[in-house]
Amino acid sequence: MRVALFATCLVDQFFAQAGVATVRLLRSLGVEVDFPRGQTCCGQPAFNAGHWDEARRMARHTMGVFEGYDYVVLPSGSCGSMLRVHYPELFVGRGADYRRAVSLAERTFELSQFLVRVLGVEKLGDGLTGRRFAYHHGCHALRELGVEEEPELLLQNAGAELVPWEADRECCGFGGVFSVKMPVVSVAMADRKLDTLPRQAEPEALVSTDAGCLLHLAGRMKRRGDALPVRHLAEVLWEARSGAS
Amino acid sequence: MALRDYPRRAAELIEQRPEVRESVTRAALHFDRNRARAYAEAPAEAWRTYAKGVKDHLLSRLADYLEAAEARLTENGVRVHWAEGPEDVHRVLGEIVRAHGVRRAVKAKSMLSEELGVNAFLEAQGVEVYETDLGEFIIQLAGEPPSHIVGPAIHKSLAEIRRLFAERLGTPPDASPEALAAAARAFLREKFLTAELGISGANFLVAETGTVVLVENEGNIRLSTSLPRVHVALVGIEKLLPRFEDLAVFLQLLARAATGQPIGTFVSLIDGPRREGETDGPEEVHVVLVDNGRTAALADLEASEVLRCIRCGACLNACPVYRQTGGHPFGFVYSGPIGEVLAPALLGPGEAYPLYHASTLCGACAEVCPVKIPIPKLLLTWRHRAAEEGLLLPMEKAMVRAYAEAVVRPRAYRLASKAMRAFPGALESERLPLVRAWTRLRSGLRPSPRPFHELWEEIKDEREG
Repeated sequence: MRVALFATCLVDQFFAQAGVATVRLLRSLGVEVDFPRGQTCCGQPAFNAGHWDEARRMARHTMGVFEGYDYVVLPSGSCGSMLRVHYPELFVGRGADYRRAVSLAERTFELSQFLVRVLGVEKLGDGLTGRRFAYHHGCHALRELGVEEEPELLLQNAGAELVPWEADRECCGFGGVFSVKMPVVSVAMADRKLDTLPRQAEPEALVSTDAGCLLHLAGRMKRRGDALPVRHLAEVLWEARSGAS
Repeated sequence: MALRDYPRRAAELIEQRPEVRESVTRAALHFDRNRARAYAEAPAEAWRTYAKGVKDHLLSRLADYLEAAEARLTENGVRVHWAEGPEDVHRVLGEIVRAHGVRRAVKAKSMLSEELGVNAFLEAQGVEVYETDLGEFIIQLAGEPPSHIVGPAIHKSLAEIRRLFAERLGTPPDASPEALAAAARAFLREKFLTAELGISGANFLVAETGTVVLVENEGNIRLSTSLPRVHVALVGIEKLLPRFEDLAVFLQLLARAATGQPIGTFVSLIDGPRREGETDGPEEVHVVLVDNGRTAALADLEASEVLRCIRCGACLNACPVYRQTGGHPFGFVYSGPIGEVLAPALLGPGEAYPLYHASTLCGACAEVCPVKIPIPKLLLTWRHRAAEEGLLLPMEKAMVRAYAEAVVRPRAYRLASKAMRAFPGALESERLPLVRAWTRLRSGLRPSPRPFHELWEEIKDEREG
């Protein structure tokens, strides 16, 4: 099985260790991982803002980079959804490009979904015994890819406790370009998430599979002065496997 | 109110009137939780699929169903009027006012009447207009437009309503909600009994039988449509249902989606004026079939799904963007997710800009919509058209081009990655507008010391163990 890691630009630039963790985690499960060098960004910001010609250029680039792999795995639900759901939409009625987009879509998985649904792994190890986290479900992972049980299952089966969080399935307000187009609304949404975070349950970190949400929530917590560490799901899952923290 | 001002108005409301955000969030989440419970108790998924199918079928032959409805209504003794826009509706209402010497009108809640500026028109004709839905009554007293499709006063706290009622109706400053409702009831009862004209919207209009269907919880619609001599129902042409039996699903689905009730407390099925031998009901019933942009939206295949909407407000309750402000900053009759896609469909993307950008595309709206309108997909369509039509700032276009150039050239991407680390403060610099938009309320972004694509070079030959 040839698996390509699509690190995504946000993990590449802001959560580099989550990329490292993804590689080690997959290798520890016997997966041969490659990191095709030509990869950059999936183009979602341009697509979401309505610039579809530019988005198509970027999508064609990405489709080329990941040709020939059995699977493409992303430590991200949002970028995963761009490849899985929106690339085919972008090329409807465009012949060969459409077929390439559908082929890539079928091979693309968010990390936790890949582990559970493709590899059939539900227990990575006991590395999280006695540890407590708050898990934020990113919207595209949750509603476009149906990633819901997978991260919780993998965390809990490794011994972690997830604190009950009223707003864990609500949007954090990041929304890519939205976060700078309508920053006050975006931050009000983050505040609603953060105000419902059960601090008294003492989670050690806020975890999510999406780097964008984490950057936004971390930036807001720091500004509010109530920072809780944010961790990318990939790093925590690697700790589940390796026992290291 | 220009829709263009949404970002500024939303920001001002959030920063200057935190109590509005609190009221709206609490009420909308309450509605949404009830909706979730009510869906779970019923075969909601099957009903939603059915309802979508019925509406799609209706819209695919709307002209035929409209003619059928007109024929049945006429047989039932209802006078049917066709209105392309507000002027036609005003003309019809003006004629009725003159013919019947109308001095007082009572209104059942109708979003379409808001769309058509009915109250302002009637008042200009010297007619006293009273909103009789409690929420509508509250905002009429306050001189505000509705903030929610179903709960128009959702943005008002109890304290605010107490002050308003104390001032306008003389209730004690600490009156209970029940006492406030009783005061409104006493005030309105006299209006119901003396009004010559009752105006309503319609939740549905059954083409097969010519039945106007109205759903409510307060009884005010039943009074508004039966006590005055004349009843005028304003009906958007997309409100039709083909068959009477379709109501079996639509009545239950609407109530569950809107408030989480199994069915509305009162369902009125109006099939014409008072007949000989009947003791109640209006002498005249008029139905005004209103287009106001709907035919154009129907002809637009990429946008027409919005016309399935049954105005339940479920998408507003589910929407975390809406919940921060309520409906007022949107500047359009319909707010929240459905407003963001109705506005461009009815007004065009230029006038509606930038409402369809007021979304993170989180998808919570589509998940709850009883007629499965793919709101995020429609938002993306309008954004795309806005970009195509040059409605965005030239700077945005230039930035997207530059970004795309870097993305399709991995070397350029890696160079940009190096540059970002050569100037580590770049993402915290207040001088760049985009960075400032991030850092005013969030601390600045710090890249990882080294990007993953550099770390890969060190780990690529690692072997397990």
